[in-house]
Amino acid sequence: MNPLRFQFLSTVRLGIKSLLLHKLRSALTMLGIIFGVCSVIAMLAIGEGASYAAQEAIKKLGSNNIIIRSLKPPEQARAQVTGGRGMGLKYGLTYQDGARLQATIPGVRRVLPMRIIRQNVRFARNEVPCQVIGTLPFYGEINGVEVVRGRFLCEMDESHQNNICVVTAGLARRLFPYQDPLQQAVRIEAFYYRVVGIIREQNQPEQRTQAGKTEGEPLDNNVYIPLSTSRTRFGEVLIRRTAGSFEAEEVQLHQITVQMRDLEAVETADPQIKTVLSRFHDQNDYETIVPLQLLRQAEETKRIFNIVLGSIAAISLLVGGIGIMNIMLATVTERTREIGVRRALGAKRRDITLQFLVETVVLAVGGGLVGVSVGLVTPFIVSHLTEMKTIVTVWSVLVAFGISGAVGVIFGLYPARAAARLDPIEALRHE
Amino acid sequence: MTSSDNIIRMERVAKRYVLGGEADVLALRGVDLEVNAGTYLAVMGPSGSGKSTLLNLLGCLDRPTAGRYLLGGVDVSQMPDDALSEARGRKIGFIFQSYNLIAQLTVIENIQVPLLYQGKDLRALFDHCVQLAELVGLGDRLHHRPNQLSGGQQQRVAIARSLVNDPLMILADEPTGNLDSKTGQEVLELIGRLNENGKTIILVTHDERVATRAHRIIHMKDGLIDREVVNPRPADEAGLPAPSA
Repeated sequence: MNPLRFQFLSTVRLGIKSLLLHKLRSALTMLGIIFGVCSVIAMLAIGEGASYAAQEAIKKLGSNNIIIRSLKPPEQARAQVTGGRGMGLKYGLTYQDGARLQATIPGVRRVLPMRIIRQNVRFARNEVPCQVIGTLPFYGEINGVEVVRGRFLCEMDESHQNNICVVTAGLARRLFPYQDPLQQAVRIEAFYYRVVGIIREQNQPEQRTQAGKTEGEPLDNNVYIPLSTSRTRFGEVLIRRTAGSFEAEEVQLHQITVQMRDLEAVETADPQIKTVLSRFHDQNDYETIVPLQLLRQAEETKRIFNIVLGSIAAISLLVGGIGIMNIMLATVTERTREIGVRRALGAKRRDITLQFLVETVVLAVGGGLVGVSVGLVTPFIVSHLTEMKTIVTVWSVLVAFGISGAVGVIFGLYPARAAARLDPIEALRHE
Repeated sequence: MTSSDNIIRMERVAKRYVLGGEADVLALRGVDLEVNAGTYLAVMGPSGSGKSTLLNLLGCLDRPTAGRYLLGGVDVSQMPDDALSEARGRKIGFIFQSYNLIAQLTVIENIQVPLLYQGKDLRALFDHCVQLAELVGLGDRLHHRPNQLSGGQQQRVAIARSLVNDPLMILADEPTGNLDSKTGQEVLELIGRLNENGKTIILVTHDERVATRAHRIIHMKDGLIDREVVNPRPADEAGLPAPSA
């Protein structure tokens, strides 16, 4: 073996030996680095997981899309418009809005109207509160619907106002625990609809933000029917009975999804859409959501989040490093005599520097290794206990480990050089 | 006697410790000293006589303020730090009063330490180290740690360690100072045997009886060599038994 390499290996072995001589002290010294590295990995994993979940949700909205939703005007504005309590409130997007957007905004590919009505869906004795979504067949393409069995809506359904429906798999399980759902007829209010398809649930926007959301209700209970059917069966005026009173509101469309041809068109189209709509809406009864912007914001948030986490991690590693330096300085004092002996026996200054530097690096890297393993386990435990999604990225492990090594070198250099600078005569005389 | 026999040659070596202002101490005032190969030299003197300073200079642990010091024909008096370390490691074997073994290392590892700093292959020289341990009578304790050994045993490990690089001379600083007289005698016998086998020994002591084994005894006083005694029949004069070997 190359003598130099052998010498280095013996130095490392010697360093480990010296550290093992004071096991508790070495372990306590390592703690700082262990916590630092572990927290870096764990926090980044949790942060990464959270932002991944958010980004996935946004991506599902479709980055080419702009979503416009009907919004119930605030109480005051409502009073001005209707002059009375909750009777015949008329607001929201109209069929004409859809047509106007299709005609006026450049770069529009398709405009998807949607009516979302909350109704109970019944089959035999089962009754499940659902969102009955009236929409066009290309809803499936825009939202990436995955058909499990049967088919999605088609043009024929739309033109014939067929009384058919497509249900989500979760709803199918609740409504038809023992039957084959396909070709069964479910009842919504007074009408029956034949089930023609089952699709996989998705975290769709209309499931989350509609005003009438009831607590404790599963969000994946969606029934899709043709838009024309929805229009004729439910009418434009929706009447909701609550205890002792009833409320009627007239809403033509609950949501319009504007699909643009390309990403560039999305951002210019957003203000144009607002301009077009504001001309025909006296009140602020709609909102636009641009997933692309949300995505950018989410990325920016993540960047800031990473900076904050990085600073916290840097501080904890700094503290760990100072702890190591402190102990190494004490060790150098304690082993002054040994340093003197080694110098007398022919050790050069750089041999002494290397010896103590190796010890510090072994401490830091050892702490780093333990920290990495604890840091890999922590997100796993966290995601098990809290159902939070965590993603451990390779780079976070490498960065944390690399920093621990760097901390060892940086904070080991001063004590090691202090050791090397000792006068051998003084050191030998040291008690 | 040719000059090549001079292992040590000191010419008007002086050492001044600068403590600032008038407090400077002139520890050595121009010492001349020649030591031939195979000599057993004892350095004696009261504390403050410059004995320790001379030892430090002889051991290349320090540089003289003035004068020349040739060690094995090489002027080491103004060498840079790294070169001095090199000289210590290769040419001098140290034996200290308090043994100065490295606590976390075993006997054999302690003996190997000077090899490490010469960049030598420890494995190739392992047998050599074992032989040295056997020479000092510790062949059966290779993997003991210093705290598992008696004082005399530790000092013998230190002697083995001082020999590992086959140095020009052995520098022993009060080697029996921490030992009882019986163990001290054993250690001195061992050192005497080394000298009989041709090693140059320089032994610093304040104990007359320890010094009597030397061929030459120099007495230091006030930073100068006060007087030198040549010992024609080492050890016998003091009435001590001659080495049994």
